[in-house]
Amino acid sequence: MTKSSFSNIQPEFLALIDDTKCVRCKRCIQNCGWGTYSFGGDKIIADHYKCVACGRCYTYCPEDAISVVKNPTVMRENANWHDYHIKNIWKQSEISGIIISGMGTPLKYKKYFDHMLLDACQVTNPSIDPLREPMELRTFLGKKPSKLELDFTEDGEPILKNPMPPQIELQTPFIFAPMSYGSISLNAQKAMALAAKALGIVMNIGEGGLHDDLVPFGKHIIVQVASGRFGVHRDYLNSGIAVEIKIGQGAKPGIGGHLPGEKIGMDISRTRMIPLGTDAISPAPHHDIYSIEDLRQLIFAIKEATDYKKPVSVKVAAVHNIAAIVSGIVRAGADIVYIDGFTGGTGAAPAIVRDNTGIPIELALAQVDERLRQEGIRNEASLIAAGSIRSSADAVKAIALGADAVAIGTAALVVMGCHVCGKCHTGNCSWGITTQRSELVRRLDPEVYGERLYNLITAWSHEIMEVLGSMGVNSIESLRGSRERLRGVELTDSELQVLGIKHAGL
Amino acid sequence: MLRLKNTFSIERDISGCGLCGIINIKKVKINGENIKRAIALEHDRGNGLGGGFAVYGAYPDYASLYAFHIMYDDIAAKNNVEEYLKKNFVIEKNEPIPVLKISKILDHPILYRYFMKPKSDREDRLFHDLKDDDFVVRSVMVINSQYDGAYVFSSGKNMGVFKGVGYPEDIADFYMLDDIEGYMWTAHNRFPTNTPGWWGGAHPFTLLDWSIVHNGEISSYGINKRYLEMFKYSLSLKTDTEVITYILDLLIRKHGLTIELATNILAAPFYQTIEKMDPPKRELFTALRQIYGSALLNGPFAIIFGFSDGMVAMNDRIKLRPLVAATKGDFTYIASEEASIMEMCPSPDIVWSPKAGEPVIVRTENVKAKNIVQKEEMVSL
Repeated sequence: MTKSSFSNIQPEFLALIDDTKCVRCKRCIQNCGWGTYSFGGDKIIADHYKCVACGRCYTYCPEDAISVVKNPTVMRENANWHDYHIKNIWKQSEISGIIISGMGTPLKYKKYFDHMLLDACQVTNPSIDPLREPMELRTFLGKKPSKLELDFTEDGEPILKNPMPPQIELQTPFIFAPMSYGSISLNAQKAMALAAKALGIVMNIGEGGLHDDLVPFGKHIIVQVASGRFGVHRDYLNSGIAVEIKIGQGAKPGIGGHLPGEKIGMDISRTRMIPLGTDAISPAPHHDIYSIEDLRQLIFAIKEATDYKKPVSVKVAAVHNIAAIVSGIVRAGADIVYIDGFTGGTGAAPAIVRDNTGIPIELALAQVDERLRQEGIRNEASLIAAGSIRSSADAVKAIALGADAVAIGTAALVVMGCHVCGKCHTGNCSWGITTQRSELVRRLDPEVYGERLYNLITAWSHEIMEVLGSMGVNSIESLRGSRERLRGVELTDSELQVLGIKHAGL
Repeated sequence: MLRLKNTFSIERDISGCGLCGIINIKKVKINGENIKRAIALEHDRGNGLGGGFAVYGAYPDYASLYAFHIMYDDIAAKNNVEEYLKKNFVIEKNEPIPVLKISKILDHPILYRYFMKPKSDREDRLFHDLKDDDFVVRSVMVINSQYDGAYVFSSGKNMGVFKGVGYPEDIADFYMLDDIEGYMWTAHNRFPTNTPGWWGGAHPFTLLDWSIVHNGEISSYGINKRYLEMFKYSLSLKTDTEVITYILDLLIRKHGLTIELATNILAAPFYQTIEKMDPPKRELFTALRQIYGSALLNGPFAIIFGFSDGMVAMNDRIKLRPLVAATKGDFTYIASEEASIMEMCPSPDIVWSPKAGEPVIVRTENVKAKNIVQKEEMVSL
């Protein structure tokens, strides 16, 4: 093999510079995390092979001189032998190995949220104007007793017999999805922490430990215990408002994680409690959880360590038998179950798993909620739905299907500039999100993007209030699980049955 | 066409309505004439597709027995249900419910009533040990959901429901309510929009001695229904009112909550109100919302629910349906319109409009009331 550098793969994008507009400020060279641009003496030269269309260069070009376009060079069209397959074959034949990708699957699968329509009031019941009437989104996550136990004071006033199990109070039914320090930058985590605090919601710091800078945000943080147990110690477990055991992730069910040693700098090494420069490997399973009874032990070990003051959440990926799995998790003592759907995001996953393993969150959620109700244990745990919640409409539909709250990961990164280029695993993120390169991280201002996250969630909350009002209810709990307010379009009988909704018109 | 059950291809029945109630706290009985006049005045709040009455104290001679009122489509249905009843109940007496054939109610189902109690050696004892009340509830569910052409519309003790398709004043004449006496009456005039001619759909709805008349549409029906199903209630009728009846049964009878707390679940106070409460009360009310959020009745309603020791009238949490109350001596009157109250009692002591979500709770006097926080914020004339 003499021509090892030869590749069949053409650049996917072309970064075109209008030299008549360009003032040679070289800002593009500085901004591109991928090294696409260089200065060729009198003009900027682009190495198209390096461009991933992350959008940073043209966003920051002061003269609007850059356009990134899809490479118009055609691959012969073939509905069966799609470029996706052909390019992957070339890639793997050239370098061997597993194809790794970031973000959720880009492949076109049916998005059930887009096939559900909402109800509204007409005549027989009045809609409610959220600008004039109170509209409640407050949500509590945690175990609820199935019935209230009462005591009476000497005056005959009823009071609670037992204190309520610990709850996470959310002012609006959103949380920021777990994204670890390591997979994303500290500044990205800080932006979410600031927003979570201002919004009265919570963020989840993922499996990478809790950086000292985030400790003051403890009341708005869920700490995670994953199979690598990075940064886990007693104070860590007690530093957040809840603890989450991560079993799986929607983008890569059944797969562990691998943060390469070159990314383990001083700060990450300290936070994760691993030696400098060593690979951070999260095993595929928890090696102390080979079955449900082991999970129960870990749940209660954590409850013991936190004095039963923190709800324990268990995060699982939506897989085929999800309803029975979640039922088991609830019976094992989890207070919250976080279900991550097929299209959920990731910092890095083998494309074969990301694109082919798991089931959509809509179907998983519908089945889990129904199953827990059939078993009479729906009150025992709250459900968080995740896996590409792209809008407040998706959130409303998830809640109507039965979720207590939704988690947003990718959407939060999009706020910070992410263009969903899917190259998180390379560590070159030009937006300073999924990188640890200090010159890139520095450009992500936590306060600026914290405010934008605040804006987004506030806007989405207002939209949910509008929808609640149009449905004639003034509290989110009257929508939660109320599938009667959903109708399906373009769905088969089986799909409708799984979702537990009726077709539009019925 | 005559129908007992909701076989229309709809998820649920929607209707607007008028309602009235009278209670005497000393349990002095009056006949049905007064309430008939009052509900007749609300004629335009219905459309002739449903009217009904609940009477408490109607069967003093059989006060210790469950009085089942059952409608049948045909003789076969009657035979099937009676087979079930004979197997499980000691039937003291059964007879057709007396009716007057009048021109305005031409078509009606077979109407029968049974005074009975569950047998102590009934078959289900082999696999569980339900109390009498629970067994009656289960029997009502079984008959209503599994027996074609049969529908139990009253199952309490010393009380009865009389309802059907027609304007309520005609239903009153049909059942000859002028001859029946009770210390508490509720009445309903129905305006359904999509289930014509459905006898089972008329109000009141009952379970044991709970009876509900209801004006409104529960916008949270979907989740209320699913919540109840978790507790094994079968919602065969697909109506809002059925949901309310079962929620009350769950909260008060099964979970042992006080009526005051139950009303604070149906029309839960807003968090902004809860935050202003004293700490123990705030904790209690927050817990109520956390535990019973799925039982919150959201959307417009005015309801009167009766039980053998009293009556509760209330509105939804932002008062989207009318409800007026008045008292005169030992009598309390409730109605959708003040004019109806004036029809029953031209010069009441006080008349007021209960605030949103604030229940009017009236208990009969022989009951030793535990923890009554009677809402006294009455706006007098």
